[in-house]
Amino acid sequence: MANFEEIGPRTPVVEAIRVDQVNPRARAVRRIVAFISLAVALIMLLPVFIMGITAFKTRSEVVSSPPKLIFQPTLEGFVYLLTDRAVASSSRLKELEKKAKEGKLGLFARIALEGGQEITGPSAYVYRLWNSVIIAGISTVFSVLLGLLAAYAFSRFKVSGKGDLMFFILSTRMLPPVVVTIPLFLMYSAIRLHDTRLGMILLYIVFNLSFSVWLLKGFIDEIPKEYEEAALVDGYSRLQAFFKVVLPQAVTGIAATTVFCLIFAWNEYAFALMLTSQRARTAPPSIATMLGRGGIEWSAIAAGSLGFLIPVVIVTFALRKYLLRGVTFGAIRG
Amino acid sequence: MRSTTASASISSRSLPEQSPWHLNDRAIQNLFIWPTLILLIAMNVFPLLYSLYLSFTNYSAVANKPPLWVGLKNFADILMSEQMWDYFATTGRYALMDVGLQTVIGFGLAMLLRRKFFGSGMITTLILVPMMISPVVVGLFWKLIYNPNFGFFNYAVGAGNPASGLDMLASRIANKPVPGLALFAVVIVDVWMWSPFVMLLVLSGLNAIPDYLYEAAAIDRASSWFQFWRITLPQVAPLLLIAVLFRTIEAFKSFDLVMGMTGGGPGDQTELIAVNLYRQAFLGTFRTGFSSALAYIILIVIVAVSNLYIKYLNQMRGEA
Repeated sequence: MANFEEIGPRTPVVEAIRVDQVNPRARAVRRIVAFISLAVALIMLLPVFIMGITAFKTRSEVVSSPPKLIFQPTLEGFVYLLTDRAVASSSRLKELEKKAKEGKLGLFARIALEGGQEITGPSAYVYRLWNSVIIAGISTVFSVLLGLLAAYAFSRFKVSGKGDLMFFILSTRMLPPVVVTIPLFLMYSAIRLHDTRLGMILLYIVFNLSFSVWLLKGFIDEIPKEYEEAALVDGYSRLQAFFKVVLPQAVTGIAATTVFCLIFAWNEYAFALMLTSQRARTAPPSIATMLGRGGIEWSAIAAGSLGFLIPVVIVTFALRKYLLRGVTFGAIRG
Repeated sequence: MRSTTASASISSRSLPEQSPWHLNDRAIQNLFIWPTLILLIAMNVFPLLYSLYLSFTNYSAVANKPPLWVGLKNFADILMSEQMWDYFATTGRYALMDVGLQTVIGFGLAMLLRRKFFGSGMITTLILVPMMISPVVVGLFWKLIYNPNFGFFNYAVGAGNPASGLDMLASRIANKPVPGLALFAVVIVDVWMWSPFVMLLVLSGLNAIPDYLYEAAAIDRASSWFQFWRITLPQVAPLLLIAVLFRTIEAFKSFDLVMGMTGGGPGDQTELIAVNLYRQAFLGTFRTGFSSALAYIILIVIVAVSNLYIKYLNQMRGEA
């Protein structure tokens, strides 16, 4: 005992420590659990890993049986995904080879040349990817903006029938997309919004709006009202208080909501498939239709899928704290 | 609240009408809420009512003819059609397997990750990655993985030799059709993708269980088995049920994944009701009226199932 008083506990005691949880056996169990979790996580990621390596295989390597794990990586899949190519005539081929030797040819052109082809231009996929960027980007900005305003009003003012309105906003999310798509298809055809970027942007704004209102209201509810009241007493108007006091406080919430809306709009498939055909088609349905052609370009599909999921994975990791909160949010309050 | 409005009106009186910065609260409230409500009404409520009307008509969106009122004929046709019942049965079987497996695996994952250890946050995030990928993309690359000749799946389950002829998506083993295999293949992928969601909800439930319950049980020398059945499970049950509810609704709406993987085939073994709805509405002759009716029936089923769950949930909460 005297000895204990001299040395003291090895680590500062910040909370009650249960003896049965720090004994060697409990520690060993915890180590085993950690190991199993890691193994499970790696198994879960195997399909994504396979997708990743497939994107860097050549066409013949993709269909080799048994499947190869070790191979010489190539960008062929990306070339096939992003460009339109034509078979080059033998004279043209020589010309190109000469250019390649002089080092005047780009990386993609050289890869196409190995298959005896020359690049004629960017593929339709590039255009559709661009559509995805524009539609997901603009719709996200607006769904967060409108959601923020509505969330603020619901959080701070005595709106009559608030509970019902909030439930109504949430319930729009429960509808199966196909139920609203049929009349939307007719409506869009009638007012010429079918297959336009504007139409898709509007749709995705609404698609994300209910979520954004609910999520942001949660965040704004947590900002103490006293901040604004102090600002109001100091002579700020309500709007000034909103922009200068509430907005800076809500930045993390806005970031989380933005990421969520972006992921939804970026990945959305059903609406895009049914309400677009050419001009406004986004990337997800066009990755799928690459299957429709005669030969299946697996490496191109893998390259497309990989390129498409990398932004999402990066965003997921960068903002994982907020994402965890966002995912559980709807379930707990809804 | 009252003091806020009072101070707001004082401040706006002291700084008279100089700019649009000085709207009163009521105006701001309307300005902030109405754009959202108008958009939702225009894009959700109106279409919903319109499709209710269409469900009572014979109409095709591409036929250039006005809708013809046929009363309840569409609904009668659907309910009398054996094929439609088959699709519903397939969907039911799919939902049962799918949600069942997800619940078990998601729960297991959550139990593994409930205590913090070095790197547990990172591992949790890694497990969430499948959920963040576009379902149609997931469907596509699993199609590659399932390929009987050059996919990795057969090798992983030890049927690597193409002669063994395991072809999940075509429902065949050694050239003999094994019905249900393709549906099970879809279930595996959906479970892979969405078990993390169940895990996440259960984790937040587990974290909310107060420690003293376990401490009391430990003092009483209750076995960990007993602790699990009498403390953990009852405490997590409400959130687990919410997860199950969400996943059941999604199973009935399930569409992207199947379209990416099988397109409903082989035959109509994976023709889920939502896939068929798409086929009726947007392929072939565009049976708009018929598919509106089908959409409503699906909606009713979803609402009914949700209500069942919610009733059960409230009962459980009442007891707890």
